[in-house]
Order: sequence, then structure tokens, then C-alpha cells
Amino acid sequence: MAATLDINGKTVTVNADPATPLLWVLRDEVGLTGAKFGCGVAQCGACTVHVDGQPIRSCVTPIEGLSGVKITTIEGLGGAHPLQQAWVKHDVPQCGYCQSGQIMSAAALIAQNTAPSDEDIDNAMSGNICRCGTYQRIRAAIKDAASGGLGTVAAAGKPHADIDEAIAAASGATARGTGR
Amino acid sequence: MNAPFNKLLGQDGVNRRDVVVGSALVGGALLVGCSPADIMSAGSKVEVGAFGPFVKVGPDGGVTVISKHIEFGQGNHAGLAAIVAEELDADWTRVSVEQAPANAKLYANGSLGAQLTGGSSAISNSWTQLRKAGAATRAMFVQAAAAKWNVPAAEITVKDSVLSHKSGKTAGFGDLVADAAKITPPADPALKDPKAFTLIGTDRVRRKDAQAKSDGTARFTQDVHLPNMLTAMVAHAPRFGGTVKSFDAAEAKKVPGVVEVYEIPTGIAVVAETTYAARMGREALKVEWNEEKAEKRSSSTILAAFRELATGKGPADQKWEAFDSKGDAAVIAGAKGAKVFEATYEFPYLAHAAMEPMNCVAMVDGSKVKMVFGSQGQTLDQLNAAKIVGTLPGSVEIETLFAGGSFGRRANFTSDYASECVQIAKRVGKGRPVKLVWTREDDMRAGFFRPQVVHAVKISLDKDGYPAAWRHRIVSQSIMKGSPMGGKGPDQTAIEGTAGSPYLKATPIVDAQVALPDVGVPVLWWRSVGATHTAFVMEHTIDQLARKAGKDPVDYRRALYAKAGADRHLATLNLALEKAGPAPAAGWSRGVAVHESFGSVVAQVAEVKLVDGAPKVGRVVTAIDCGVAVSPDQIAAQMEGGTCYGLSAALFGEITLTDGAVDQGNFDGYRVLRMNEAPTVETYIVASGNPPSGVGEPGTPVIGPAVANALLALNAKSTQRLPFTTQTA
Repeated sequence: MAATLDINGKTVTVNADPATPLLWVLRDEVGLTGAKFGCGVAQCGACTVHVDGQPIRSCVTPIEGLSGVKITTIEGLGGAHPLQQAWVKHDVPQCGYCQSGQIMSAAALIAQNTAPSDEDIDNAMSGNICRCGTYQRIRAAIKDAASGGLGTVAAAGKPHADIDEAIAAASGATARGTGR
Repeated sequence: MNAPFNKLLGQDGVNRRDVVVGSALVGGALLVGCSPADIMSAGSKVEVGAFGPFVKVGPDGGVTVISKHIEFGQGNHAGLAAIVAEELDADWTRVSVEQAPANAKLYANGSLGAQLTGGSSAISNSWTQLRKAGAATRAMFVQAAAAKWNVPAAEITVKDSVLSHKSGKTAGFGDLVADAAKITPPADPALKDPKAFTLIGTDRVRRKDAQAKSDGTARFTQDVHLPNMLTAMVAHAPRFGGTVKSFDAAEAKKVPGVVEVYEIPTGIAVVAETTYAARMGREALKVEWNEEKAEKRSSSTILAAFRELATGKGPADQKWEAFDSKGDAAVIAGAKGAKVFEATYEFPYLAHAAMEPMNCVAMVDGSKVKMVFGSQGQTLDQLNAAKIVGTLPGSVEIETLFAGGSFGRRANFTSDYASECVQIAKRVGKGRPVKLVWTREDDMRAGFFRPQVVHAVKISLDKDGYPAAWRHRIVSQSIMKGSPMGGKGPDQTAIEGTAGSPYLKATPIVDAQVALPDVGVPVLWWRSVGATHTAFVMEHTIDQLARKAGKDPVDYRRALYAKAGADRHLATLNLALEKAGPAPAAGWSRGVAVHESFGSVVAQVAEVKLVDGAPKVGRVVTAIDCGVAVSPDQIAAQMEGGTCYGLSAALFGEITLTDGAVDQGNFDGYRVLRMNEAPTVETYIVASGNPPSGVGEPGTPVIGPAVANALLALNAKSTQRLPFTTQTA
């Protein structure tokens, strides 16, 4: 069954059962493997992507009902999003498997809150499990990226076309990998 | 997992370490003395370049370090690359890391005798090997430049991949690589004086994979998509030891995308075009299981039997093995009174619960096998795959990918999930790729848990309040029994940490024994292995003894370390205390714990308070003595992560079985540490000139007892069982 989705600003037609979770469509059909399978029941957050700027768990979100919304995956952040730069600067990842989901949850947070408190971060990030225990570096990286005044990237509810523009504008605004 | 692999490899009596370290020098020159029967001779299809099996230099001067170890979070790729780059004087920004193919001849772990990442040994077993590899490559470049410039080699300096001579001549690695490749590598290149290190020990040593792991491009097994690839899921028996009695695949085969359904030794495989189809197909499958030989006991029943044994009420015919005995054991058996301390500690099964559930990609074409996955024990995986297909281990090629965590799970003696994938790929045949996907529930219910363990201690104190006699009983399941790594004497993985404890060393009379009854639940090493329970028992006991003796627990430790000559313990403890400062913030209680594992000593000061009756951990000050600190920032990362992993288990971790079936299936039932529960870990490294020792595991076992000791200080209650959430007062 064909479905049309807007993924990272591109219109993509996929052939899949409407009940198929978005995660498997992204990974198996579209070839976007940044979002990860971790639990299948919205417990771990490794599959987090944005729908109209809001973080959702794609492992439990069927593709039916996703026509007309803007889907953004980790690939849609472009690689030089302030959070991605901060992640590299703080050497956040260990195994790295959860980090796409962590970054997507954090991106939604700092799009709305450029000065998140520890409590704000706890609230936004506690749905994302990291078994390697990179939590304190995630916290530091979020604060670093948010305080850079770059939190308008991928702002919630913004028209999709703005994202690429915002990413481009934000790129290079902070040095990447300059060490602690 | 410190035991050697000699039995597995048929190499009893051979010093494998010498052979392997020797082979590091320059690729192949020292590959001598191997009989055709030697398993190590299989799998030697690797083309070794001019600079040996660990170093490649490109025409552009870029350096590639080949890692024999898998990277699944430990940061070892950064450290391994830094060791080579240091001796080579390479430009760190132009060093990259590549994963070695499976080849035990070239890439065995010098500590374990097989290609295997474990025992926190990646850096330690590679230290001399990679220094020599880097130094030999450097010498080859220097000699090439000397010949080209017609100057003495001793007058040439190397910095950031550039060779220079006082005459003003300079050349980059890229300019000289063709000439350098023709030089005969020195057999014993001079190594730097560690005081001259400019990269090792600095914060310039950074992960090389942080960008790829932040932008979604890092490639894991789960991400492998090959042309014509099939995806498989397997229905497993609900109880360990169960087998297929019968199955009905009619409904499963109706699911669009399902290609085949058939029985394999571990269950019923559903092979499909996509992951979703495989999952829906498996849901539609009907299977009847034969559970005659299955383990049908509940975990509580098994634990009760362990408790009886540990407290002397078990069957008399149970075999006990002594692992530390000195003095007259009868003294402690009859001891009673105010100076006697007795306690029993209980530990549950733990799942590793790595973020990436177990998975594998395999293709089988006749006698040729290729596997693409996060292989932690390549030699084991080659042996097991070869056995299934009926071929030689050397015919099994493995491309090792990043793995989304492991914590020990990805390496085991049957290669359980990888073997399952090979079984299916063999049936599919013709080299068609098959990806085996396990769901979280498959992963969590497949066993290979940290075993349940019970410790019982009885200790009498001398007139000064220090241990005079110490009786210790451990009851667990053996991880090593019947395995190729099982050696003589008691299974070290069950006793390490109690065995070798400075506290036992400081005690005149010791009677320590272990019993390892058989249970039909597969068990495995779990990050820090024996220390997961021995560190808790030893460190929490010491605080209780200090309390009984009316002494400060830190002073008590210091006195015992002095008696035992445990200087590293003392120095590490002192560093942690110094950095922690005089007192915790108001409302917080402090607990201290110190433990040595994998050659490193870790001391922690944990600040804890009770929130709604549950422990909340705030600041954790950590000191570690791990020898030369190759990558200080990655050591800090491992202390942070190891602490979270240990704290997660201590607070919440528990797998239970009801009538043999695992109760938990996902993170709702098997709770793990989340952002709002994570402590803030500060890491301080003891200055040391000793060779590097373990880092990946030693940070895990200390936090549990540190928290227990903080709670003891807070409310005078000891902790007799983990996790904390299941305490019965």
C-alpha cells in the first residue's frame, strides 16, 4: 500500500502496510537508519524523530495518519546542528546507539527553551535511555548548545523549509571538537 | 574473564602472549612455529601491509590504526590509535581507526589468547604491541629520509607526521611512504621514555567516532542493508532448555513479506523481506514446546537453595572449593559473642540490556561464511560458525562493526545469537545475506545473565577491632564450567575480588570457600564480572565491621591497607577523599568504597540522600589508579558510564524467573537508570608510571557498596540484598 510522507523536507512514497511503525519504514524502506530500534514499546527513546517539531517515538507510531506532517530525523539535522557540535565537543557518545534519539529529544527541547534548567532537561530527556551512562555529558552538551543562542534551529511548528536555512545559519557558529 | 584460552586453542603450555606480541612488530615476520592443526593458522587470509598488521600510511600521509578490538562504547579506539600515534609522532588530527578482520594469528588478545575484547584488556594487552608498531613505522620513515637526504638517521626528528633535518630538509609521511615501505622493519625498535610523551595522557586524545555517532552515520549491525537481504526472527522456548515439539506455520506464511518458516536448533525461524514482516509472521506462528528437560524452577527457589548452602544448611554432598585458607578454621567456626559479625548478602540475575538488542548478519555459500556484525569474540564466533557449516574457522570471514553496547553479552562460548543467524543463513544458502533481529524481549529473555549469588560471612574481631578470623562462603553458578576457558581450581569469575582482597590478606585466619551448583539458566560475565558482587560484600562488610569496632570506616580501611601492604588502595582512597573535600552538602550522607579489578583500583565517595524512601545519588567523587592514563577523558567517560551502569543495577536491576520463565521483557519491567536519576561523577587519576590497566569495567562495581555505606551512615541500616528497591528491613 502506498503512502506519501514528508521526511526531512523531501516527499517520499513508500509501499507499506499503514499499520507499520514509522521506524521500520524509515529504516527498511527509506534507508534512513539513524533512528534506532531499542525497545519497540516507547520505553527507551532510541527511535525518536520529530513530527512537526515535536519528539515522537517512531517505533509505536504507525505511518497511517502521518501524511501532511513534517517528519524530521537525525539525518535532517544536517550533521552540524549546534547540538551535534556540542556532542562532539564534549565527546558525549560511547557506544552511540541511543544518541540519535537523545539528540532529537534535545533538539525539540532547545528549540523551545534556550536556557533549560536541570529540571527542564530531566523532564525532556528522561524518556531516552543510555545504557553507557553518558547522561552527564548529554546534560553539559545541551546546556552548551542552548546557551549558544542557537536554539531556534528546527523550532517546533516552524515550516519545514526553515530548518535547512536555520541549520545553515547555525553551522560554524561554534567551533567543533576544540577540546574540553 | 582473565583465564587464558589455551585449552580452546589446543595450546596448553605455550606462552601465547609471546607469540602474539611478537607478531605485532611487522606483520608476519614472526609467524613461526605453528602446526597445521593450530587453529591460529586458520583465517590468515589478511593482506598485511609494509608497516605490519596495525599500521597503514596512505599516499597522503594519513595514518590508519587497525584495531583488533571492537568499539562498543569503551573508547578503546581512541586509546589504541593514540598509542601508535605517540610512538610514530603522527599528526593526531590525521589518524583514523579501522576495525581489524577476524584473524587470531595476527589479532589475538595477548591476555586471552584469542581475538576477543574483554577483561578490560584492550589497552593493556596492546600497550607494548602498538608502541612497537608505531616505533617501528617511525624508524622506517626515519631511515628512508636518512637515505634520501644522505644524513645520519640520528639527526632526523619527527613531529606531527613531518620529518626534519637541521639542514632545513623536511618531508611529510606522504612524501616518504613509498621509500619507507621498502625498509626492513627493525625487530626491536626503541620506545620513547614515557616522560617524552606529547599525546598520551593529554586531553587531545579524543574519540574518533563522536561525529559519526552524533549524526546517525555510524554503522551498527542493525543498520546493515545488503542487496537481496532477508530478515529473520526466531520464536524461542519460554523456558531454558525447552525444545520444539511441533509448530504450525500456516498463518505466519500468509503474512505479506514472509518468505520461509522452519525449525532450527534454537526454535522456529521466520524469514521475511522486512523486519516488520518477520515480526508479524512470528506473531502469527503457533508453536508447542517440549519442556521436559527445561529449567522450571523460579529464581526465588534457586536463590533459597543457594542461601541454604551458604549458611551451612544445604546438602552435605555439595562440592565446596577452598580459595583462601590460612590459620585454624575451627577458631572461627565456634566463635560467638559481641566481637563476631555475621551477614548474608543476596544478588539477583542481571540482564546486560545493551541498547542494541543482539543481532547478526550472515551469509553462507557452501563452505564459505561471511558475518557482518558487532563481534566481540571473533575467534569464538569463527569456531562456532565453522562447526555449524562444517568448515574450517579460517573460512569464516568476519567484518566487525560498532555495537550498541555489550557489557559482555556479545561474547559467549556458544556465540548464541550469531550461531542462530548462521543456522538460518546456512539453510537459505547461496550466499544470500540474512539479518537476524532480536526484539528487546528476545534479548532480555535469552539468558546469559549475571548469575544469582549468595555470600555468607562470619568474622571475629581482635581486641583492637580488626578482623582476626574471616569465614567466607560464596554460592553462585559457574560461568566458566565446561567452557574452553575453564581451567583448574575454582572458577575465578565467581570469587575474584573476595579472592585477593587486601582485607583477607590483613586477616590472620581465613576460611574462604565457593560452591557452584548447576542451574539450567545460562549465565555470563557482566561488566566487571565477579566484582559485581564481591566488591559489594567486601566493602559493605568493612563499613559494618568499622561500625562494630567503633572506628571511622576510612581510618579502618587505611589500617587494613597498611597491614596488607595495599599501597595503591591507600593512595587511591586518599586521592578521592582529598578531592571530595571535608563534608557533603547539607542533607547528603557520604559513603566510601574501594575496589581493585582488572588491575586498576577505584575509590569512590558517593553522596546520597533518601527521597521518598529511595536512595538518590548526587555527587560521586572517583579516583582511579589505572597505570599510565592513555586517554584521560575516556577514562573519565568510563568512570561516569561505569558508575551509571553499576548504580542502575544496584538501584533497580533484577531479572526474576517464575517457574523457569523470565518475568521481565522490556525496560518497563527491567528498570534502568535514566537522566533524572544519574549522578554527577568527578574523575581524578592517580599519577602512575605503571603500564596501563583496565578502565572499562573497574568503574562499575564500586558505586553499589558506596551507596550502601552512605545509607548505613544515614540510618544505621545495612543492605543485605540488591537491588536497593527490594530491601526487606
